[in-house]
Amino acid sequence: MQKKDVKKAQRLSIIPGLGQFYNGQTIKGIMMLVILAVFIAEFALVGVSAFANLVSLGSVSMEDNSLFMIIYGTLQILVTIVFIVFYIANLYDAKHVAELINNGKKVSHTFKELGSNLLGGGFAYLLTTPAYLLMIFTIVFPVVVTLLMAFTNYDFAHIPPAMLLDWVGFKNFTQMFFLSSYRATFSAVFGWTVIWTVCATTLQIIIGIATAVIANQKFIKFKRIFGVIFLLPWAIPAFVSIMSFSNIFNDSAGAINVQVIGLWNTLVPFAHIAPIHWMTDTFWTKVAIIMIQGWLGFPYIYVMITGILQAIPDDLYEAATLDGATVMQKFRKITLPTIFAIAAPIFVTQYTFNFNNFSMIYLFNQGGPGDVGANAGGTDILISWIYKLTTGTSPQYSLAAAVTLIISVLVIGISLIVFKKTHAFEMED
Amino acid sequence: MVILGIIVIYPVLITFITAFKDANVQAFVLDFGGKWTLANFKTLFTSTLYGSWYLNTMVISISCMVIQVIVVTLAGYVYSRYRFAGKKFSLTFFIVIQMVPTMAALTAYYVLANMLNALDHYWFLTAIYIGGGIPQNTWLMKGYFDNVPYDLDESAKLDGAGNFKIFWSIVLPLVKPMIAVQALWAFMSPVQDYLMAKFLLTSESHYTVAVGLQTFINNAQNQQVVLFSAGAILVAFPIAALFFYLQRFFVSGLLAGGSKG
Repeated sequence: MQKKDVKKAQRLSIIPGLGQFYNGQTIKGIMMLVILAVFIAEFALVGVSAFANLVSLGSVSMEDNSLFMIIYGTLQILVTIVFIVFYIANLYDAKHVAELINNGKKVSHTFKELGSNLLGGGFAYLLTTPAYLLMIFTIVFPVVVTLLMAFTNYDFAHIPPAMLLDWVGFKNFTQMFFLSSYRATFSAVFGWTVIWTVCATTLQIIIGIATAVIANQKFIKFKRIFGVIFLLPWAIPAFVSIMSFSNIFNDSAGAINVQVIGLWNTLVPFAHIAPIHWMTDTFWTKVAIIMIQGWLGFPYIYVMITGILQAIPDDLYEAATLDGATVMQKFRKITLPTIFAIAAPIFVTQYTFNFNNFSMIYLFNQGGPGDVGANAGGTDILISWIYKLTTGTSPQYSLAAAVTLIISVLVIGISLIVFKKTHAFEMED
Repeated sequence: MVILGIIVIYPVLITFITAFKDANVQAFVLDFGGKWTLANFKTLFTSTLYGSWYLNTMVISISCMVIQVIVVTLAGYVYSRYRFAGKKFSLTFFIVIQMVPTMAALTAYYVLANMLNALDHYWFLTAIYIGGGIPQNTWLMKGYFDNVPYDLDESAKLDGAGNFKIFWSIVLPLVKPMIAVQALWAFMSPVQDYLMAKFLLTSESHYTVAVGLQTFINNAQNQQVVLFSAGAILVAFPIAALFFYLQRFFVSGLLAGGSKG
């Protein structure tokens, strides 16, 4: 077969399709030309104005809806990115196929061959496409829109289409860090979010590990029954448990004040405890939700650790016993390191989960009691504050978007660092 | 162990018993005395919207389950078995996107729903649930597929089986346990969610159970703890039963996905 000039194939592909024609793949070439034509037409008809509108956000109030402009603009950005990916793939394809021909490999020419190729190597792309489409529509797209909103002045005083939105640059961010009212709220909410995440997650991990280690000792009886009981908090939908707990911790009629503290006072009358204001005192609400999260979260850790423990060979412990190691030493030198080596990435996801654990905070006491300004209650974490900023009587959409952005950057940054450190990122391929 | 066991059971038992209490009980305590009745369950379906909340939740959950299981199984299989351009990049993309809290893009969802006229409609909510579950579950699924020996595929190929046949009749039966777990999780995530449902469903008859049940207890003056408890049991019981039935598959699935992120 005639040798192909690889460079020429790639250069021709500057216009998608031509390189493929050169390689003799007429059908593929036509398909690529069609895609190019569709994109150019789309860009000329819609794209240019979408980008222009994204920059200006409209000029006539009541007629131009700035929000829709942001959305169409974002859509256009995504379409353009997809086209750029296609374009790069096209350059690569022309070069790759030309090389294949030169090496004497078969390439597909007809429709049928293309089809079988698609079922072979292209099978992979075909099967992952639905996942990508769904993710782009439901995650990537909204996140990009949120990102853009964080730089506008979208709030209760600027609601399209009655009003136009404007780009305000980093104003929402600077407000949060420098405007005293927002800064106070932000630092209060952020501080509590960190305390909450660290305390609640660490508590559930400690209980989970302790339960798993103890339950796996040989002398424990009724393992199966305990196993079933310990799984209960995980098996019951969290919102049911949380709402039940908000009743149980009720100041006047809840079981904790009426029964548990009552029982304690009967049994230990000399150390009398007065009823605690679980729902009306910020400090005690915080204590309560951290404890409840320990209750809710430990089974997951317990199940996982149990699995890991069963994988540790008994010889290791026997050898340690021969060397005269104490129980504590064995736990510290064998058990814990193994657990952390395997479970570290899951621990990280637990921390990030609690960082954004809206249900726990909001369903227990609606982020109350108390008020730390700008719609935020005494136990609101960042995510529930965002919810209130968005749904409150005077919504601050752009500020909420800015807080969202800060959260995402934090969570992603920290997780990436930890994942890199624990080598969870390494893949076999 | 015993103490922890009691701590775990105590609140569950309170809710369970309260569900059968006389309607004028206000205190939420463990009390086996008093009159036992099934009247609360009847009230739930006759004089509240609980029936339609339950139905709404089921419709959303089942569609979410079916679609998500299909999508995730296919994607997980591909990531486990095929080498293709952009694989590593897209796997990394999956991990990073999983860290973005889906629930945080609230405003964007709201505006989007407005624009698509999807506010108060289930399809939009369902799509969000599915999309949000894809990254992490694809990872878990891939981990589980990785445990199925590759030799099986190879020998089937020698016997002349095509890609689809290998997938359908050889590999798929071996990962049934994980698919069951995925189905349960996909089913549970809409049941669990409060934030999105509350935000995107505006009329009370369209609520899901989580949002609906909250209306029974969020009013401090008029808390209907017995109705709440009865409703809570009706949701929690089938899910807990399914959960216990499937739980033996959890550990392997968790570890397979967990050890690789």
